[in-house]
Amino acid sequence: MKLFRRHNNVLPGFGPTMGYTILYLSLIVLIPLSALIFTTSGLSWHDFVETVTAERVVASYKVTFGAALAAAAVNAVFGVLVAWVLVRYPFPGKRLVDALVDLPFALPTAVAGITLATVYSANGWVGRYLEPHGIKVAFTPLGIIVAMTFIGLPFVVRTVQPVIEELDAEIEEAAACLGANRWQTFRRVLFPLLAPSVLTGFALAFARAVGEYGSIIFIAGNMPMVSEITPLIIITKLEQYDYKGATAVATVMLASSFVILLIINLLQKWSRRYAE
Amino acid sequence: MSAPTTTYTAKSNGNHRITEPAPVRWALTAIALVFLALFLVLPLAAVFSQAFEKGLDVYLAAIREPDALSSIKLTLITAAVAVPLNLVFGVMASWGIAKFSFPGKNLLITLIDLPFSVSPVISGLIYVLIFGRQGWLGPFLEAHDIHIVFAVPGIILATVFVTFPFIARELIPLMEAQGRDEEEAALVLGATGLQTFFRVTLPNIKWGIIYGVILCNARAMGEFGAVSVVSGHIRGSTNTVPLHVEILYNEYNYTAAFAVASLLAFLALITLAVKTVAEWKVRQQLEN
Repeated sequence: MKLFRRHNNVLPGFGPTMGYTILYLSLIVLIPLSALIFTTSGLSWHDFVETVTAERVVASYKVTFGAALAAAAVNAVFGVLVAWVLVRYPFPGKRLVDALVDLPFALPTAVAGITLATVYSANGWVGRYLEPHGIKVAFTPLGIIVAMTFIGLPFVVRTVQPVIEELDAEIEEAAACLGANRWQTFRRVLFPLLAPSVLTGFALAFARAVGEYGSIIFIAGNMPMVSEITPLIIITKLEQYDYKGATAVATVMLASSFVILLIINLLQKWSRRYAE
Repeated sequence: MSAPTTTYTAKSNGNHRITEPAPVRWALTAIALVFLALFLVLPLAAVFSQAFEKGLDVYLAAIREPDALSSIKLTLITAAVAVPLNLVFGVMASWGIAKFSFPGKNLLITLIDLPFSVSPVISGLIYVLIFGRQGWLGPFLEAHDIHIVFAVPGIILATVFVTFPFIARELIPLMEAQGRDEEEAALVLGATGLQTFFRVTLPNIKWGIIYGVILCNARAMGEFGAVSVVSGHIRGSTNTVPLHVEILYNEYNYTAAFAVASLLAFLALITLAVKTVAEWKVRQQLEN
């Protein structure tokens, strides 16, 4: 293998850079993450199961995964719409709007949390118009969905946008020539082409929402069994010095993020093959 | 069968595309903009509106207050350590990964991306499990009176973890796209490895580095969950700016909370501006 590389590549520095990469990766990421797994394996199976299936913990999974699913669905619909509008339609201030889509990446989550809680509270800028209709957002599970929608939006837009940019005009022309109207063209021709990227964006937004903490705790109300998210359960256990409990719940979360990561990788492979 | 309702524009040089009727275009644009206004613009505007609600004097007082100043100092220190560490790693990793082919490359890239898929709370927890009192190194650290968790080193470590992939994941695809022809030419002409890197590679990846650094910095200064777990929330000593915002907010001191938060919102706007320019430059460079 080494000989093979030498023949093909005259560039120096593979050894030192790769050595440093693997050392730094191990020190900062791999060894600390393995601490979680080792600490969990120190728990008895009985204790582990009891901790991670406690009523309040299970309720938090339902809240977290349910809200993340809802937020990712909202983002899938509106993310595709925003991406479509940004690519296809001219309007004044378009570049500004395009840049603003990344705001959730740039705005610290704590800031997002307090401002969303304020805007969507009963006398906030948006909340005051929802309250008379009996819609309470802040300090309810709906608030969690709002915060998760905020942080997940750029994932869908930025995954779908380049795919719309690359769409071949001739496909749409062919559909039009064959008598399809625009809606039929979108539904039958364009959407199947966009579907893999929409699903990838959906999964990325979902993954981010499941682990999110900062922007949610301010708007959630954090009522046990109703609006308490799993990351908060971990924090609460830590504050009570229940390290084992915190680790057990964290392991369940970590395992679920790995499963999501695996699905995302498969989706991306699929969409790349689809594009070719 | 009804005739197609599309307005068909004759195609000249591929400039014209079939598009939807104008009312549909306007309606879709309006819906998209209203959605973005509700979820992005209003919350951003609310930060500044709340911060300046009681006037400039109250705003400045909230920022000049000693606890606020010490949180700003800690945040600057944290970013000043975390960003350069991850910059060096990002450049090294992208050189090793993008300029060479070897088995297990994709696995390595996935491992580098790992911190992105870990919940921030877990990112903090793992350091507590190692350096905390009940942790692996707890007894050793206690015996030598070294404080990592609930002290500044823990905050820096957690920040390094959450910002770990930013620069590497920007540089790897960029350097892969640029290939290695230019570097090979430089070496053939007699340049040393380091000369090649600094005179040929570095100018090529300059905007990619700026892009990665600005995003890494934004996250380093704004991280909340991971830092919250390892900080211990000692006012005036282990509070970063986002943690200080939380304390003020939970004390119902909303104006001060938003005043301090507005600093982070300014940072976010600057980040977006620099990011947009860097993105444009990278795209331009790749097209040439």
